[in-house]
Amino acid sequence: MPNDMMIEAEELAKRYGETRALAGVDFAVPGGSILGLLGPNGAGKTTAVRILTTLALPDAGRARVAGVDVVGHPAEVRRHIGVAAQDATLDGLLSGRQNLVLVGELSDMGRRASRQRATELLAQFELTDASDRVLKGYSGGMRRRLDLAAALMTRPPVLFLDEPTTGLDPVSRQRVWEAVRELTAAGVTVLLTTQYLDEADALADQIVVIDHGRVIANGTPQELKEASRSARLEVTLTAPYPGAVEATVAVEATVAAEAIGSLTTGPVHISEDGRRLSAGVDSAPGLATSVVRALDAAGVLVDNIEIRQPSLDDVFFSLTGGHLAPEDDQPGSGAAGPEGARPEMEGAGT
Amino acid sequence: MTTSTLRPSPAGTGIPGKLSAAVAGRVGNVWGMTRRNLVHISREPMQLSDVTLQPVLFTVLFVYILGGGIPIPHGSYPDFALAGLLALNLVTSTMGTAVGLSTDLHGGIVDRFRALPMWQPAVLVGRSFADLMTSCLCALIVAVSGLAVGWRTDAGAGAIIGGFALVLFFTYSLSWIAACVGLNSKSPESAASFGFIVLFPLAFISNALVPTQHMPGWLQAVADWNPVSAVAAGARQLWGNPNPSAAIHAWPMQHPVEAALIWSVLILAIAAPLASYFFRRRTTE
Repeated sequence: MPNDMMIEAEELAKRYGETRALAGVDFAVPGGSILGLLGPNGAGKTTAVRILTTLALPDAGRARVAGVDVVGHPAEVRRHIGVAAQDATLDGLLSGRQNLVLVGELSDMGRRASRQRATELLAQFELTDASDRVLKGYSGGMRRRLDLAAALMTRPPVLFLDEPTTGLDPVSRQRVWEAVRELTAAGVTVLLTTQYLDEADALADQIVVIDHGRVIANGTPQELKEASRSARLEVTLTAPYPGAVEATVAVEATVAAEAIGSLTTGPVHISEDGRRLSAGVDSAPGLATSVVRALDAAGVLVDNIEIRQPSLDDVFFSLTGGHLAPEDDQPGSGAAGPEGARPEMEGAGT
Repeated sequence: MTTSTLRPSPAGTGIPGKLSAAVAGRVGNVWGMTRRNLVHISREPMQLSDVTLQPVLFTVLFVYILGGGIPIPHGSYPDFALAGLLALNLVTSTMGTAVGLSTDLHGGIVDRFRALPMWQPAVLVGRSFADLMTSCLCALIVAVSGLAVGWRTDAGAGAIIGGFALVLFFTYSLSWIAACVGLNSKSPESAASFGFIVLFPLAFISNALVPTQHMPGWLQAVADWNPVSAVAAGARQLWGNPNPSAAIHAWPMQHPVEAALIWSVLILAIAAPLASYFFRRRTTE
């Protein structure tokens, strides 16, 4: 591995009792970039972060942060990292300022420097007014911001953010995003875990999707979207003449569905009113033209045709098999493969 | 330990400089943790009730309600009882160490500390120092309430301070056993039960509040070898207060100050490394 990788995980494995949290995970994060670790609950994201931040020991595999082995030299690794963990790891009985100063002092920054840095960060995260209040009185959003500030006390070159915006209102979320972008602009390397696809899409230079403790996809947001080529085709049929019997509408819809059937990757879903058709398609050149021709040949009148490129959500759902919680599917089957036999989850939705 | 911190920088300011920097760092970490725990107390003063209200309550209860019925040869009950009340209050207050550590482990805060480049045992040492400071406050309150109910001593300043120091030192080593309990308990509540199951019998089956001569034979033997008895008798001896245990032949009762010191050193030597081991084990996953 080249030395400009600030975070490296090789074949990381970790088991908690009967649960296999990580089953051989690899990724590497170049300096100054953001890696989004994406996966459903229980996929192993937090375990990976705990290993990389020296809080847990891997059963197998190696991990380096800033070039330092996390198992061999944990104390050295801690000098290079800032961590904002998922459950609030701040002291509820100290004030916001006291929390930050404590972190600074325990990191050997010295009292004066810690105080100065704390004041700076409190201002940056708009917590100055609340800085001398006991943490118990903070809102969830304020706590998260303070958590992030605590992670930044020592100006660490590598930052681990475990679901930094979970439970935040949209405004606070935006603020955290801005802060993270500013940091990477200043050369900080960030690993962030998230369940929010838009977050990974908005922030990450590189996304690693894990599920059941395995990496099931790895690439830039763009690459991932392209890799899962299944675009979505949506056809809106022209409204039938007034007084048309339901059966007529249904027949028309079926005819239309048959017409485009050869172009789609799965069954065509017909909406309840019989006016909208949707199906997965492979984005091939001339796809729209082919659809129009097929429908015209079948004599179906069409109001609208839409081919929607996959969002990261689509990619995520197709990769993880559409579940958000662990279930008894075989883990990691068909890595980065095309979507299986369940294309119709919410037919005509956006 | 020290060598590994020295290794990464081959050239530079020389080993003594590095070593003193490392020591200074550790002292700073311990002081930071100590202050944190003291701030906790200032935020929740009711936490302190076992070292502020309880001593007053115990003094009044034992001296006025029970003391009248307990004859003390060559002296008054308040003169006899103060050393015992001091031991009783301080011994039971070590429960706070167990509960505090258990609370820290229960929340996520220890994860934060563990990801910091700090000297990890500072979590334990800082806790023990903060608890020692509250013990000092407790001792002061016991002394004042004792004076109010008639406790007197003719001893010199050195001996008086020595008596308090003896009990405080024992309390400090006991707090490391409490730390071991806190590090092994599932919840702060179960850590608290340690106080009632272990500390109260430990404090009461002793000469702290009654002379052991009236106990059944086997219980008297237990009481005379109980470290709390040595501590209380040691303080009585130093303060020149009535000390009926001096008539007992058991070695600790003949040499209570030495016995108290030996117990304290022994407990500390075993419990402190053990606590640090438990801390590492509890926080390793």
